[in-house]
This record gives sequence, C-alpha cells and structure tokens, in this order.
Amino acid sequence: MNDIIDLAKKQQKIVIVNTGCANISSVKFAVERLGVQVNVSDDVNVIQKADKVFLPGVGSANAAMASIQQKQLVTSIQGLTQPVLGICLGMQLMVESSEESLTDSTPCLNLILGQVKRMQVGDLRLPHMGWNTVTASSDAPLFKGLDANSYFYFVHSFAVGVSDFTLAKCHYGMDFSAAIHKDNFFGVQFHPERSSDAGAQLLKNFIQL
Amino acid sequence: MLARRIIPCLDVKDGKVVKGVKFRNHEIIGDIVPLAEQYALQGADELVFYDITASSDQRVVDKSWVTRIAQVIDIPFCVAGGIKTVEDAGKILEMGADKISVNSPALADPELITRLHDTYGQQCVVVGIDSFYNEETGKYQVHQYTGDESRTQVTAWQTADWVKEVQQRGAGEIVLNCMNQDGVRQGYDIAQLAAIRTACSVPLIASGGAGEKIHFKDVFEQADVDGALAASVFHKGIIPIPELKTYLREQKIAIRD
Repeated sequence: MNDIIDLAKKQQKIVIVNTGCANISSVKFAVERLGVQVNVSDDVNVIQKADKVFLPGVGSANAAMASIQQKQLVTSIQGLTQPVLGICLGMQLMVESSEESLTDSTPCLNLILGQVKRMQVGDLRLPHMGWNTVTASSDAPLFKGLDANSYFYFVHSFAVGVSDFTLAKCHYGMDFSAAIHKDNFFGVQFHPERSSDAGAQLLKNFIQL
Repeated sequence: MLARRIIPCLDVKDGKVVKGVKFRNHEIIGDIVPLAEQYALQGADELVFYDITASSDQRVVDKSWVTRIAQVIDIPFCVAGGIKTVEDAGKILEMGADKISVNSPALADPELITRLHDTYGQQCVVVGIDSFYNEETGKYQVHQYTGDESRTQVTAWQTADWVKEVQQRGAGEIVLNCMNQDGVRQGYDIAQLAAIRTACSVPLIASGGAGEKIHFKDVFEQADVDGALAASVFHKGIIPIPELKTYLREQKIAIRD
C-alpha cells in the first residue's frame, strides 16, 4: 500500500498522548501499520523526549481538557517543540477555546489562534459524518503526495473556521479548517487513522517531517 | 463534497459472519477479520458488525475480534449487539471501534442513549431500528429482539416517533432496518426511508433490500439517505463493490474514489 518509511525515521520515538479519550487504539494501530513503533503515554518525561507527538481525541472538549488538566499535562504540551499532530478533537484542543459546551466556552491549549464553533450548515445533517474532499495548500508537507481532492473521513459537529493558520479546507454547508498549522503544531479535523490510503499517506508525511 | 457511503454489514453469530433471510435461517459466510480486510481493500466506506445473538440470549459475548479488526482495517467501523451499559460501550470503543450501535437495549432503557451521548459524545452513538410495515394497520412498527425469532416482539413505538425520541436523546446516526425487505433483494423500502428522512436531522443509513446496483442509486436519489447498508449482495459476490461505486459515480452520485 505505502512505500516503506526510511529506516532512520522508523527508529524515532513516537508518542501518543494518553488523553483518556476513546480513539487512542485506532491511532496506535494506524501508526503501527506503517511499520513504526509507538508508545501511548501520559508521562511528561516520555512525551517531552519524543520525536513526534500525537494528540488524539474524540468526545467533548470540556471532558478532554479536564482529563489533560487532571493529568497535569497542559503546560508540558504547550511547551513542546517537536512536531505535534492533533487529530479531530485533538486538533480542536489546539486553538484558544471551544464553544462545545451548553453553558459557556471551554478554554483550550491556546497554541493556535482560533475558536471551535458549532457548524452552521442549513438543512444539511449534523454530525458531518463520512468521507469528504479536502483542499490543501499545494506546498504543505503534511499533504505531500496526496491528490488535490483526496477524501478523508470526518465525524464532527463543531469546527474551526478558515484563517491564516488553515492548512487545508473542507466544505460542508460552510468552509472550515480541515487542517491547521502553526510552528511545530499541526491539527487535522478528520481521522487519518480511518481514512484509508490517503490517511496513511498523511500519517507517513507527519512521521517523516 | 460529502460522499454517500456504501456499507457492508457483517452479521456475526458465534464469532462467524452469517446471513439469514428475513432474519432467519442463518448460513455461515466466513471468518470476520479476512472478510473485513477484503471489504476495506475493495473500497467499502465503512463496516458494521452486528452480533445478532447477543441481545436476544443475554450472553456475555467475546468481542476480542474488535481489536483484531481495528488492527487491520483503515476505514471506520461500528459494532452492534448486546451493548447494554456505558461500560459495555466503553470496552468496544477502547478496542478500536469508531462507533457503537444500540437497538433492543435502547428500547428497553431509552436513557441508555443519553448516557452514551454524555460519556462518549454524539459522534459514536448509532441507534439501529428494526421497523416492520404492518399492512393491516398501515403503520410502521418498531420491533425488538429480532436476532432470535422466538423472542422477537412488536414494541409500542411507531417508527417515526422512535426516530424523533432517539435524536432528542443524543443519537448521532440512525440505521433503519426495513424488515419487510430484509434479505429479499427487491430494493430498499424507499417509501419508508423517505418518510423517516423528513423526521431525521442526523445521518440516516438505509438497510434491507439491496439486490441490484440500481437499488443503491434509487435509495440515494429518492430517499436522500447518507449511506446504504447491505449484506448478502456483497457476501455472495452478486455486486462487487468497485463495480457498484463506478456505476454510482456514472449516475452522478457523490462517491469516494
């Protein structure tokens, strides 16, 4: 399916932050399918020493932030300098705040400017669930080797709008960020671990950064 | 553009994939993991695994196959059958399933849907509904415990009312099994699906009746469903998935490459 990752890249330390969310094993298996070893950890020392860090997540922003706070990981994640890839809710946690709460907005990790808001899609169905095309900036290394309109698998009702930090756009009743990027922090709204060959290519691109 | 989904359904009984006609007389189709892998390679957009024995005979079912599937396939999949508690659902999700589907236990305890939503989020809560058209009364009725013919019963719910109820409680997707059509390959129940579509603001998946490629085109165009689920036509090789997807693309239906 995919050409093999360089041996040197294979020997990297790859860590998935154990956010206590439910899709961690899917992300782990997807990285392992690329022939790369991966650790799941909530140990600050292990996370800081990693070459690449995944921040996965499904569920609600306030539950995930509460879990990260309870594990005392907020400042250590904010201080990471190696490439970090947030997936789905993990991406949403990278911006300033999320309104995915009935009462008030949840402060997030504030790594990238932006807010998570409920999608406004008119008569279309929510959650936005299924395979949708993504339009990426042509020079984005994360999307290297992927066709201009590759399909990725989405499941969400909240999204980050399009901004200067948007790396890839998706359209479903409205334009929103399918991927965001600032410095060493990357986030994807879709699930690369469940996006067949296109998702595997994106994960490989991240590991090879 | 959001693609319409083609979803092979694998009914699981005693660890094997089986298929019956109108929910009866199950025959063994094959082993779960290689079949799942094959469907992912062929371009299936998602898979659903129904453990059809679990709800009806109250066993604690061995679900270790969930992990084995999560390891090998790279498309989303949903597991149904015997999930009665938040803890049951949590185990399945931890093993790597993307969604869990509840049917009979949600009818027995509708509050279960709310608890699943509040714990794991709307995105992973699917409600399966077995709906039967009663010609005498002219009504669509929800049935329970359809996995075991001797225990199957009609509930007090009319289908459209139950669809509204489960959405209010936090369902993220609804799979509507149209029982009159199940396994007979005469086409999806367009009339029922179109009627339910108007009551459904979450993704709706059609189930029951697929026999020819045109049935998929019809259900997407005429009932505006988000996905079409089928079993025997895929298991028996009557409709190869790549051929179906090519056909649907030719009919200008949004289908993933």
